[in-house]
Amino acid sequence: MLNTEYHFHHPEKRYFYDYSPGDDFYAMLIEAHRDLSDEASALLNARLVLLLANHIGDLRVLREAIAAAKTDL
Amino acid sequence: MLATYQYPKFPYLRPTELDLAQPRHVPVVVVGAGPVGMCAALDLAQKGKPVLLVDEDDTVSVGSRGVCYAKRALEILDRLGVGERVVQKGVSWNIGRTFYRNDEVFSFNLVPEPDHHRPGMVNLQQYYLEEYLVDACRRTPGLEMRWKNRVIAVTPGEEQVALRIETPDGAYSLTCDWLIVADGARSPIRHMLGLDIEGKIFLDRFLIADVVMKADFPAERWFWFDPPFHPGQSVLLHKQADNVWRIDFQLGWDADPEVEKRPERVIPRIRAMLGDEREFELEWVSVYTFQCRRMNRFNHGRVLFVGDAAHQVSPFGARGANSGIQDTDNLIWKLNLVMEGKAPATLLDSYSAERTYAADENILNSTRSTDFITPKGSGSRILRQAVLTLARRHPFARKLVNSGRLSVPSFYVDSPLNTPDTAPFSGRMVPGAPMDDAPLATPDGTSTWLLQVTGNRFQLLYYADDAASIPEATATALTQWAIAPVPIEPLVITQRATAPAGIATYHDVKGRVRERYDLTPGSCYLIRPDQHVAARWRHFDAEAVSQALARATFRDRW
Repeated sequence: MLNTEYHFHHPEKRYFYDYSPGDDFYAMLIEAHRDLSDEASALLNARLVLLLANHIGDLRVLREAIAAAKTDL
Repeated sequence: MLATYQYPKFPYLRPTELDLAQPRHVPVVVVGAGPVGMCAALDLAQKGKPVLLVDEDDTVSVGSRGVCYAKRALEILDRLGVGERVVQKGVSWNIGRTFYRNDEVFSFNLVPEPDHHRPGMVNLQQYYLEEYLVDACRRTPGLEMRWKNRVIAVTPGEEQVALRIETPDGAYSLTCDWLIVADGARSPIRHMLGLDIEGKIFLDRFLIADVVMKADFPAERWFWFDPPFHPGQSVLLHKQADNVWRIDFQLGWDADPEVEKRPERVIPRIRAMLGDEREFELEWVSVYTFQCRRMNRFNHGRVLFVGDAAHQVSPFGARGANSGIQDTDNLIWKLNLVMEGKAPATLLDSYSAERTYAADENILNSTRSTDFITPKGSGSRILRQAVLTLARRHPFARKLVNSGRLSVPSFYVDSPLNTPDTAPFSGRMVPGAPMDDAPLATPDGTSTWLLQVTGNRFQLLYYADDAASIPEATATALTQWAIAPVPIEPLVITQRATAPAGIATYHDVKGRVRERYDLTPGSCYLIRPDQHVAARWRHFDAEAVSQALARATFRDRW
């Protein structure tokens, strides 16, 4: 089942405020997009989707994720 | 002139130094009577040190400026005797709501647990806070305030700092042992000394308008991304005292600040937000930009920088004045020990180490908020849109919505003053942590709070289920630092009875101290004068306590 609860964490790091690991991730992500053209940004997102999808692997979860992403688009 | 507030004018008095042939010498000069400078002066004067506080102006902050005072700053103001007035006059709040277009996408509660004395945040116009601090300064013996006194030259030396100060009646010279610089973001003294401050400027402009109106909106922080009344930009609404509301409109970098400040531009923006029928009066308007930057170090020999003079952040998160007040909380007890010859001057290096760490955390969090509020480039814009559109349905995305991570104290986990744990504890009161508050009662039933019975001195918090069961020998051992050069005052936390040997005893009436500090019988915590944890143990060991105290004061480095 697709987990949409907040799940960001770092096993070796102690966080004192709950928003911090999510903010760490988001900062990493926008840093990766910095100075990219629109096309390169879109390609980066697509490549990320493929990498993470393969990591998850379970097609039931991926189908749910696609449905959730398409809702309200 | 504001409709709701009359600016006080403080009297300038001709300094007698103008007639002296030789410069007078004073122990400490604080430059800048803003909230941070006054907290520094007040804290040190309350510890019995004479302080001269000079300011180039003769009134309080013009305009409401800093509005949000966070729980930790309120606890420090409590220690200085000003907190209650701020809380009484201000608007307490804990809930923040964030909207995307017409929908609420995210809300947060700053103090999600019960049993804390102070709220997550109090909104109060900066001029009120300054007025209350001026009152407190005036009541404090040994604290002299001089208005219309502007420092025009600083000559730092090994033994002392020489100052040249200009007044309406001419200039005079002065020397001091320590100079505390709280002269604000532009810091003339930082410039005079040629000290660097590094960081980045953000290319965006914001309009702040203070509006007087009768409105029954709840006392909450409301933040809009891309609302229908201000498309494509963000808006922030805060309630202040006297029915004054702060509205903050994002304008974008291309906006002309002079044009945007005109009432004929501002009023339609507010009308669009509030609806046409509501009556309001425009009280104060300003357009600002900001930068995130800090000095390399905050102590330069005998010159000590605090607040905006040392570091600046974006306003989203209220991390400016709040962190400045925490600077003074950290600095003053250390400076006091150094002045008394009870700690080496290098202890002040730990002020810089701990507070640059805190400044980095504040800059990191406020930069991330700014990056979310003002996305740079289409990649980050589309990611933000993805977060905001997913937030309605999915909890994880709500946590990523970043309209400001509000001021919270730093955990100095890497501080050189900490003694590492030797036994496991659960919870977050690790060495370096800012103490969590909790309700207490005296054995005769008078209610108080943990943060009201700690602070200003080193204390050893000792836990027993039953205070009467503490052996006489242990009680005597707990009091052994009473007449030490740096005393430690014992404090027994218990469920019942009174500790022997006259040790201050408090009942953990709701079990929150035990819970938050993971206390078992015999557990003890060494607490710093600024209410941070220095060390903790499962069992009392006098030798370990002495070593931890030496470490927390750098007396082990002499």
